[in-house]
Amino acid sequence: MFQFDTDLPSALERRGISRRRFIGFCAAMTATLALPLRYAPRVQAALEGATRPILLWREFQDCAGNTESMLRSSHPAIADVVLELFSMDYHETIMAGAGKQAEDALQKVIRENKGQYIAVVEGSIPMAEGGVYCTIGGRTALDLAKELCTNAAATIAVGACAWDGGLVRGAPNPTGAVGVQEAVPGIKVVNLGGCPHNAANTAAVLVHYLTFKELPALDEYGRPLFAYGDIIHDQCERRAHYDAGQFVEEWGDEGHRKGWCLYKMGCKGPQATYNCPRVGWNDGTSWPVKAGHGCIACASPRFWDTMTPFYNRLPGVPGFGVDVTAGEIGLGITAATAAAFGAHGVASAVRAKLRPADAAEKERVGVPAELESPVDLSVPVQEATGTPTPDDGRDA
Amino acid sequence: MTRIAIDPVTRIEGHLRLEAEVDGGAVTDAWSSGTMFRGIELILRHRDPREAWIWAQRICGVCTTVHALASVRAVEDALGIEVPDNARLIRNLIAGIQQVQDHVIHFYHLHALDWVDVTGALKADPAKTAQLAQSISDWPNSSPGHFKAVQDRVKALVDSGQLSLFTSGYWGHPAYQLPPEADLMAVAHYIEALDWQRDVIRVHAVLGGKNPHPQTYLVGGMATSMDPNEPDATINLERIAFIAERFRTARAFVEQVYVPDVLAVAGFYPEWFGVGEGLGNFMVYGDGPAGSLKNPSTFFIPRGIVLNRDLSTVNPLDQQKVAEYVTHSWYDYGSGDQSSKHPWQGETNPRYSGPRPPYDFLNTDQKYSWLKAPRYDNQPMEVGPLARTLVAYASGKPRVKDLVDAVLAKLNAKPEALFSTLGRVAARAIETQVMVEQLDNWLNELTDNLGHGKLQVHDGRLWDPDSWPKQAEGFGWHEAPRGSLGHWVQIEDKKISNYQAVVPSTWNAGPRDANGQRGAYEAALIKTPVADPERPLELLRTVHSFDPCLACAVHVVDPRKRKLAEVQVL
Repeated sequence: MFQFDTDLPSALERRGISRRRFIGFCAAMTATLALPLRYAPRVQAALEGATRPILLWREFQDCAGNTESMLRSSHPAIADVVLELFSMDYHETIMAGAGKQAEDALQKVIRENKGQYIAVVEGSIPMAEGGVYCTIGGRTALDLAKELCTNAAATIAVGACAWDGGLVRGAPNPTGAVGVQEAVPGIKVVNLGGCPHNAANTAAVLVHYLTFKELPALDEYGRPLFAYGDIIHDQCERRAHYDAGQFVEEWGDEGHRKGWCLYKMGCKGPQATYNCPRVGWNDGTSWPVKAGHGCIACASPRFWDTMTPFYNRLPGVPGFGVDVTAGEIGLGITAATAAAFGAHGVASAVRAKLRPADAAEKERVGVPAELESPVDLSVPVQEATGTPTPDDGRDA
Repeated sequence: MTRIAIDPVTRIEGHLRLEAEVDGGAVTDAWSSGTMFRGIELILRHRDPREAWIWAQRICGVCTTVHALASVRAVEDALGIEVPDNARLIRNLIAGIQQVQDHVIHFYHLHALDWVDVTGALKADPAKTAQLAQSISDWPNSSPGHFKAVQDRVKALVDSGQLSLFTSGYWGHPAYQLPPEADLMAVAHYIEALDWQRDVIRVHAVLGGKNPHPQTYLVGGMATSMDPNEPDATINLERIAFIAERFRTARAFVEQVYVPDVLAVAGFYPEWFGVGEGLGNFMVYGDGPAGSLKNPSTFFIPRGIVLNRDLSTVNPLDQQKVAEYVTHSWYDYGSGDQSSKHPWQGETNPRYSGPRPPYDFLNTDQKYSWLKAPRYDNQPMEVGPLARTLVAYASGKPRVKDLVDAVLAKLNAKPEALFSTLGRVAARAIETQVMVEQLDNWLNELTDNLGHGKLQVHDGRLWDPDSWPKQAEGFGWHEAPRGSLGHWVQIEDKKISNYQAVVPSTWNAGPRDANGQRGAYEAALIKTPVADPERPLELLRTVHSFDPCLACAVHVVDPRKRKLAEVQVL
């Protein structure tokens, strides 16, 4: 485990954060994790014992949108994250150091904390042309990712690009971009998809790790179920309008002003999983559908190719109901979407790249090989020792 | 003669490398290299032009939203769409608060640590720090107890042996000259700004669902429905009140913390008004329309060019004179690498010819960057806050003129002092003040429209692609926080056939051209003093004064010339 040097409640007390606020934070984390409130004391107990684990955050082919999203973290506040909760010893966008001095310091941290720090990866990794499309300190992204992730206790891939290549992998994928789990196979990864990731979920993963000494329960894509287990459509505040047949027909029309369903404007909520409606963005201020634009399914696999064109209506949604699970959404229906859009969209380019042998097999079951999770990511970091997981602790 | 490299240049967006030759304690020559490439324009090919903004927005997540705006404007220009008045106002509001928030983040979180020694804060007297703070501002968080608490927080961090983000700074470097009390004050405001930035940008969440990457634009307007009587409309009176409250918070911090801090820090480094001069050519597309984009005379940020530091003349802008070189960039031109090309005729064949990684130094006599070298009328240009401030000043914009003169008087400096590293820092603060004052005006206009039942946010007459001509082309310009941004789009059979972006950091961070003319960073770094080549803090000061954004700068691909078969897709 991590080296302990100071405990969190004392650190917070010193700067005037009351015990009451700390307990409130623990309750908020418990809620984000979709645990019953009775687990709040457990989260609290774990945080009280915890001190500052090391975070090493590397950016590759990124836009820094996930960094910016993390900077918007409210619970905990980003200042608390970098000063009291964690020691963020490397982060290109916000750390003080630069150049060789910063790279040397990173090498030292990796060497001295092998297997104990958490790696965070943002951005895709280009595999074409020997990796010349992204170098840092004269080394390729692939070289750096291998060093960082293979020595980490666990890797958190933040955002779509780090998860599955994201936008950079969009057809025709000019640089051969992939996500970290494909670039460095065999490592323990939590994939926090989304464009960008929602910092509320990232904080919750870290707290879960501290609390239960293992990664949260993951789906077949290595995404935490607490954040990616539910369909947007089922959590949506506009759902009642869908059920009542009340739809926005034109941007700015009466239905739009009254907050009716955006399905006809291309909303991908019925085939997207994420917890935007529940946790919101920017301290719970809003989320895209609430603000009036359809969901683009930014936390779905390869959404840039499978969920476009964004303004086309989803095929085959009427009749779709709450009895369909998020797992089925993730595989079967995504594939159906890709096929439906493929006739007149870029997804055909993705499908054209399927390996011939695999393609025949996948066509039969309707899963494009490109969309499959390449490695089994469901293995927890440590053996569970009777601790509850979000799954079995969940109120039915 | 010593050759040094800084890679990565940190506290920026993206992956930037600097190489410099140092002789006699100063830089004699410098090279700027972008080391990451994605190819977003190629990925945009064949897609629905109405969703181009969603893709293009991801060019950058730091200057988030700016590429979305340039993109919808380009498509609207191609299709001949004028957006409703409310859409104009909402776009101005989103871009305006973005600029304010981005500039404050730049100063505290990306630039301040070049001037502020965090470890110096430990030696400060909190009571004297309070005196200093109260002497320059009436910001309420200026008590001795407040600064003591911040100092304790820094001390706890240092005592823990885990310095987090401050792990590998150049602490104790002789170029740090602030008294410990100023260090402590700046560290306190660094932390306060972290809280401030996430609160004020909730305006984007109201208007766009989230930040970064607000999801709210439409070709033809905005997806933000308006209705004073509907609780679920995106914009109603409750949301207006929420936004107004954030603007008050924004303005208070800018006026009482950011601007006073910039002046205080600058006051301790007067010699840096004579370093980092750069090209002396400044270009501004202009933005903040009061009416149609086709009438730049109504722009809140005036359009124009200042050449050779001559503030007596503002030259007009002709987009036909924009062209790009690849002589020192990792691309080939069919017509030879000595030629330049306007974005419409542009071609880009990525062809890496640098050293195989891992490497120690680039071959800067040859090609050395993923950035192209844009030129205006064959001359390199600086874009960004300094360019905007100078063009507005030279155009006689009253508020800018007043503020520039006031700042120069306070710092006992002449207008030439603006052509410098600290000139860029000061100009950024000045334009933030100007913008934060303007936000309320745009919000009031929007509220008036709401109150008078003027609720249109989108013109849907050309929403259906079947209503489009077979071919169309257009361009969209925006003054992003880092400078003049342009997107060019060509549409054929309802799909994107070509997409080009020429962005601020390409202008500033680009390499040399065929005539050997340096880019803006390269020119500004010449003569920068270097006390210790192993710890080149001074170079960071000058390059950070531009607020580099490399993800924006490196992404240009001409789809018409690119042969997909050459790309090895794994």
